[in-house]
Amino acid sequence: MTDATARQPVLELTGIGKEFGAIRALHGVDMQVFPGEVVGLMGDNGAGKSTLVKIIAGNFRPSHGEIRFDGSAVHFTRPIDARAVGIEVVYQDLALADNLTAAANVFLGRELKRRFGPLALLDHKAMASRALELFGELRSETRPDDLVKQMSGGQRQAVAIARTRLSNAKLVMMDEPTAAISVRQVEQVLGLIHRLKEQGVAVMLISHRMPDVFAVCDRVIVMRRGEKRADKVIAETSPEEVTALITGAKEAA
Amino acid sequence: MSVPMEAPISFTNVGRVKWWQRGIFASQTGYVLLALLMLLVVMHFASPYFFTEGNMQNVAKNFSFIAIATLGVTFVIITGGIDLSVGSMMCFSAMITSMVMSGLSTPGMPGAEMFVHLAADGKTVVANVPGLILIVSVLAGLVTALIVGLVNGFCIAVLGLSPFVTTLGMLSIVRGLGYVVSNGRGSFPGGPDADYFYALTSGDLFGVPAPFIYLVILAAVMAVVLHHTSFGRHVFALGGNEKAAELTGIPVVRVKIEVYVICALAAGLQGIIISGWLGSAPANMATSYELNVIAAAVIGGANLAGGVGGPLGAIVGCVLLEVIRNGLVLAQVNSYWQQTLVGVIIILAVLVDRIRSRVT
Repeated sequence: MTDATARQPVLELTGIGKEFGAIRALHGVDMQVFPGEVVGLMGDNGAGKSTLVKIIAGNFRPSHGEIRFDGSAVHFTRPIDARAVGIEVVYQDLALADNLTAAANVFLGRELKRRFGPLALLDHKAMASRALELFGELRSETRPDDLVKQMSGGQRQAVAIARTRLSNAKLVMMDEPTAAISVRQVEQVLGLIHRLKEQGVAVMLISHRMPDVFAVCDRVIVMRRGEKRADKVIAETSPEEVTALITGAKEAA
Repeated sequence: MSVPMEAPISFTNVGRVKWWQRGIFASQTGYVLLALLMLLVVMHFASPYFFTEGNMQNVAKNFSFIAIATLGVTFVIITGGIDLSVGSMMCFSAMITSMVMSGLSTPGMPGAEMFVHLAADGKTVVANVPGLILIVSVLAGLVTALIVGLVNGFCIAVLGLSPFVTTLGMLSIVRGLGYVVSNGRGSFPGGPDADYFYALTSGDLFGVPAPFIYLVILAAVMAVVLHHTSFGRHVFALGGNEKAAELTGIPVVRVKIEVYVICALAAGLQGIIISGWLGSAPANMATSYELNVIAAAVIGGANLAGGVGGPLGAIVGCVLLEVIRNGLVLAQVNSYWQQTLVGVIIILAVLVDRIRSRVT
């Protein structure tokens, strides 16, 4: 990653900490993510992964520390603020409206419209064809006008991921994107991560699945008990070492 | 780790949903519409009076009297909310409208000098454009509804109170205010513009009752708003998954306030129309109408859990209720049975939908 380190990081966290009352969820987390880099974020339940992701996504404000995005300090009060600068999140529960079609979900909150005089009506055709394009890129057999209610886990995942492709996100965070889908679709999702990387998008992959992290990530960050315990280039570590770091068999690396 | 991306996408594993399992055919609205059509056929054979022009006009008029409010409450139900204050709202708006109308038409009342003055022979003369009093008084009724809707929406969306409790409170508040402003007496639309008022509310155009015409126009507008604007999309998204709606950046608070305002306005307009038909706005007008309105919406396929509903369903529900009522009258069945039957139909309609969604 020597060429990446020469560039400016897209996301830079310094000394991020978060307390919920008396509970210290995060403490002194420093990290950098570079454009076109895929970073795996690993850790056991309660290690502070989700808190960290929620701080970056604007759901929580950090109690301490600074977030710099694209070179400038940012303060998010709502998720929309984070999205506005180019951070997209694919949530584990996917945040889809079951009663709407795939295309409607992809474009939710940023519908394409056509103006008829003073009226701005939805452009169903344009949204459906763009959604079909995105599903095609994902190699997902998903029809834009099918209801999400009737879809398989993999299709739902594709809809949620397609949503992040709409905007020109600079950082996409994926919370367990491969947890509930078939083997073939895991391959597709990992393929998509590669495509995001090719286009210079930074990806943060939060996953429990060691093979996925080692297949797709450039770097892996291990969290334990609210602290960053390791930040290693994939080539210089092994699944065994990462497992040891996650469980605490090895304190830090 | 390379996945070929070039090959065009195929749908070998994902079949297209059959046309009869999609859209209206797979909805409760579709089943209830079918039931309604069968009922119409039965009625035709059961009573020779049913399909007469007079009776049809009657039916059209009667269901229009709750259908506009049902359209409004359907918006709220789609977002997963409920509005119990529609009945009281109908009464209060109607009351304000008729009080403002008679007030502005009586020389000496506050504000009336702008609209009427006494002629030398002691008769009241319109000082302004004819119809202006009507417009001002109807606007007064609607603005009252708008304010009530805003209060409902504020309590629910901003303060986070439960829609059921908030609007139950509002039911009582608004009904109480109606008694306060009228001192318990009814009010009557009066003055020089009263004739226009009656023509616009209980008149007809080429034999079609005026309320029915308003209903059709409003239902068409509602269909466009729900399915072809981003506001409508957000209304459905809110009912489908409120958390997702929030995460995707939909202005949840604003959309919620807007649906309660729409609902209150629809109820207000409905009340004003009813008062034209009754010729007065009594203080106990439209008592417990909220139950009929919500029942009609639910029968027509609006799901109280949110995310499902539409103007066609609202109208179908209202028509079904009215046809049953009308049919029982024609069949000379004791009218007290009506309410029992309505309850049975509510449960049946929801039951059929539940069975269907289990089967598929």
